[in-house]
This record gives sequence, structure tokens and C-alpha cells, in this order.
Amino acid sequence: MNITEKILARASKNESVEPDEVVFVNVDKAMLHDVSGPGVIKVFEKLQKQGISVDKLWDPSKVWVAEDHFVPSAEKVSAENIVKLSNFTKNYGIEKHFKYGLGQYGICHTLSHEEALVLPGEVYVAGDSHTNTTGALGAFACGLGHTDMAYVLLNGKIWFKVPETLYFKLNGKLPEHVMAKDFILRIIGDIGTDGAAYKAMQFGGTGVYEMSVDERLTLTNMTTEAGAKNGIIEPDQKITDHLAERGATNYTALKGDSNAQFAKIFEYDGSEMEPTVAKPFSPQNVSVVRETSSIELDKAYIGSCTGAKFEDLKAVAKILKGRKVKIRTEILPAAISIYKKALENGFIKIFLDAGAMVGPPTCGACCGAHMGVLAKDEICISTTNRNFPGRMGHVESQTYLASPLVAAASAVTGKITDPRDLN
Amino acid sequence: MKGNVIKYEQDNIDTDVILPGTYLKIHDYAELATHAMEGLDPDFHSKVKEGDFIVAGRNFGCGSSREHAPIALTHSGIKAVLALSFARIFYRNAVDGAFLLPIEIDEDAYKDISNGDELEINVATNEINNHTKNKKYQMKPFSEIIGKIIAAGGLFKFKP
Repeated sequence: MNITEKILARASKNESVEPDEVVFVNVDKAMLHDVSGPGVIKVFEKLQKQGISVDKLWDPSKVWVAEDHFVPSAEKVSAENIVKLSNFTKNYGIEKHFKYGLGQYGICHTLSHEEALVLPGEVYVAGDSHTNTTGALGAFACGLGHTDMAYVLLNGKIWFKVPETLYFKLNGKLPEHVMAKDFILRIIGDIGTDGAAYKAMQFGGTGVYEMSVDERLTLTNMTTEAGAKNGIIEPDQKITDHLAERGATNYTALKGDSNAQFAKIFEYDGSEMEPTVAKPFSPQNVSVVRETSSIELDKAYIGSCTGAKFEDLKAVAKILKGRKVKIRTEILPAAISIYKKALENGFIKIFLDAGAMVGPPTCGACCGAHMGVLAKDEICISTTNRNFPGRMGHVESQTYLASPLVAAASAVTGKITDPRDLN
Repeated sequence: MKGNVIKYEQDNIDTDVILPGTYLKIHDYAELATHAMEGLDPDFHSKVKEGDFIVAGRNFGCGSSREHAPIALTHSGIKAVLALSFARIFYRNAVDGAFLLPIEIDEDAYKDISNGDELEINVATNEINNHTKNKKYQMKPFSEIIGKIIAAGGLFKFKP
């Protein structure tokens, strides 16, 4: 069995599982945020009317809650959702509630790895499609809707069809100026936005294990954009160290067997990878940066679970140090812990000196919610994960998805720019 | 189940156009319905009728896990989406939440069905009758678990 099958076998108390088999798995961790939380509350209300008990959760200690999509509240409805969420966590005894403006908080997927809330070998489900992100820690991490999350919260289990696994092997290190984002955009360009539909995407090879934990999280995060059920990387010493630094040492990591089966293996040569963007209006609409360098931009957005981790900000600081931005540039670290670390490392001063704006952690404009949404015809380069019509605001705005290095280099010139071509 | 078709001849109709992100803070189902398909077809709300079907191409509902998407369509009156394929979260949200039926059709049926056609869908026999064109198509049968959850009326009523 491969790692995904091993985790699903353990969690379903089966000796082994095979692709396409339907299993009920016991969930180890579950998460709700300020969009899926009120969605689940609504499902609970419906269930109560049907006479189904919603008096207590299966295990409140395994559930955590993030405020990220609509914080800081821009208007009354969002503010009321936060109150609803707070009442919910209080009533059900959920202690891990990361509140905006109260110590550590941030984008839910970022908290999962910053706070070591999910561990290798676990089954983690959450009410958000980019839950796949956390699979970089060696967990089975999968996004679900409100009804499914309500079911998990009340029963501690959920059904899954065991996915086939596509294995993406990166041979050799990525060249300088090329990031995980470039690699995963290239993959999505190759296989398409439904190229991994219902499947697992596993990453490996020397190039992947050379990557920092933050960079690996970009790979698994974007598996959602290829339609994958989960993205996963077998954990190594870097993961062990990352978790140990956050006090997490008690877990049983799983790895695939030496004869693990994959539906298909894709091999890439690290040295051939190039800075890449996804053009509007699909993550599969990819092009190398040098072929899009005539595109004039209105704005650069450096934010989200995909593109505002510590290593992402470090890459941006490398470009912006001693330079000025030519277009509006918004930088929103993905969590308070990252914000502080960026401050301690002098990145925030570099950003402000360059003329960029630094904002609070939030999903914000990534999902077109608030905090910098795009107007009609505006063109944005963004370190986020999706560029569907209207994703970041007006349906006739345009978003180019890029790595933090490409987004920062483009902020400096005002045009889409390969960081290798920056003076 | 009988109704008329609203056809979108395109692939990858994503959750951001089915229910734009700005409305994610809304959890009133009737209000969500007024914004259904707003990113793709601003006239949708005024033209959709109770019992209608949507027909679309590959990977319908890709993107976000927002259950708002099947909720907004269902509460607009849509009883089923007939597509070449579905994205996984949209599909399971529709089924587990007992909202609209996600029905997979083949290329021939997809090409043949026109906007406004009257269809009759029989899930028990996997048959789709196009009364306007006087033709019959086969839908892809639901897998065992999906069929059982639909028959039960959603995940909470399903006994594993």
C-alpha cells in the first residue's frame, strides 16, 4: 500500500484497502472556519428539526476553529457570523478557537502546520477545499462540505472512496528563482484542473525532499486545483523537526510499502523547471513567465495559505530589499506567528520601505471576500491558488497566479516579470 | 422527475461563478438562491423555474468546498445537474446534503440536449427521456454508496 492507503486502512480498522473501495474512517482531527462553521450550525438547526440529536460533539478536543475568511469584519453579517462561531465553540466545549485579535490566529491551513494541529499518519478533514495543504505533513487531509462536517462532528467518522494515487517525482533540485509554485503550476498545466479528480496526488523525489516544509505545503495546497481528494508527501526528518519545534513528538508516522502501487507516475527534471504563471481564468492555463512579460499590472497580492507562509515572505523580501514597488502591492502574512517572524527578520521594514502595504492575516481578497478585491478590468498578479472569473472580485477582473518571487519581481516593474530578468 | 433544461455548453463551471465568494457569509438558503450562477449568468435567477435541470460539460462544480453552491442551485428550483463529470466536493455535497441530483451523462447526450428541452429522468432505470426531441439517453448509474445515500435521503438518514 502507498501512504494514503495505509492511513485509510488504519483509520478504517482494515488490514488493507484498495482503490475504489468505500470505507468509513475514524477522523483524528476536524476544523471549521467562519464560513463552514456557520454552515454547519445551519445543518445542526435542520437536524434538530428532524429530531436528530445535536447535543454534543463526538470529541471537542479533536476539533479546532479558525477565523480567517471574513476577518476583520467589514460589515454586520460577517461580524454576526463571528459571534455565532464563538457561541458554538463555547456551547460545545471546543477550546482551540483561534480568534482574530486574540494572540495567534491566521488562515486555517497555515495554523494547521504553524501550530502542529495535525500530525503525520492522521485523518484530518475540514470545511474548506484547501484542507489538502496539510497533507505535506504526512497526513490524509481532505476538504468536505457542511453536511459532511456536521456528520463528522457528531459521529467522528465519514465515508471515503479510497483514491487511486498519482505520483509526481521531482528529480533534482529546483534552480534558483524557481519555487514550488512554479512546479505545481506546471503539473496542473500538464494534467488539467480535473487531471487528479477523485485521486490522491503524492509528491516525492530528491527535488521535493530538498524543499522546505513551507514549499512542500504549496505543492499539496494546489492539489485542490487539479481536483485531487488529497495531496500527500511522506514525512522525513524536516517534518519531524518542524513538529518537534512546535512541541509535537507523540505520533506514529506512516510511509508507503516498498511495493506501493500508483495509478501513474509522472517524472520531472528539476533543472528544467522555470518561473511559471497561470493566466486568467484557470489554474491550468499556464505559461512560462518570459512569454507573458508584456502584461501590464494594476496590483500585486501576496497573501493566502498558498503564498504568505514564512518562506514565501522571505522570497518576497529578497526581491524587494533596496527596491521600490511600481504598482499597489498588498502583503498579508498568513498567520500572526509568521507576521512576528517576518518582523523579527526585518522583512516588514523591507516591505514598507519598498512602498508596499502590510495587512493582517486573512483569506481576504484571495476569495473575493474583502480587503482588496479587484475592480472591473483590473489585472492582478497573485500568490494565491485560484483565478476563476470573479475569484478575487469583479467577474471581469483578471488574476495571474504566480510564485512569491515572480509576484515580487512583477511588483517592482509593474509588468509580469521573471525574477531572473530583474536588474 | 420532469423539467426543462438550462444548458451551459462549457467545462469547469466553478463554485466561484455558481456562488461568488462575497456571498459566503450568507447562510439563508432563500437569499443564497438569488445569487445562484451570478458569476456566469446574471439572468439565471429570473429565468430558472422550479424543477429545471442544468446541463453542462466536464468538471462541474470545481473549486471550493462551499455547500452554498448546491444549496443556491437547489433553492433556485434546480432538481438535477446533468454533466459530463463533476468535481468531487460539489458531488458529495449534493448527495450527502440531499440537495440536487448530480447525474453523469455521456458526450452524445450532452451534445444532443438543447437549452429548453423537456427531460424526464428516471433514476430507477437510469433513463433520461427527451420529450422535446423524442429521444432516450442512459445516465451513468450511481455507484453503490451514492445510490444508497440518495435513496435514504442524505447522509444523516443513511444507515451504513
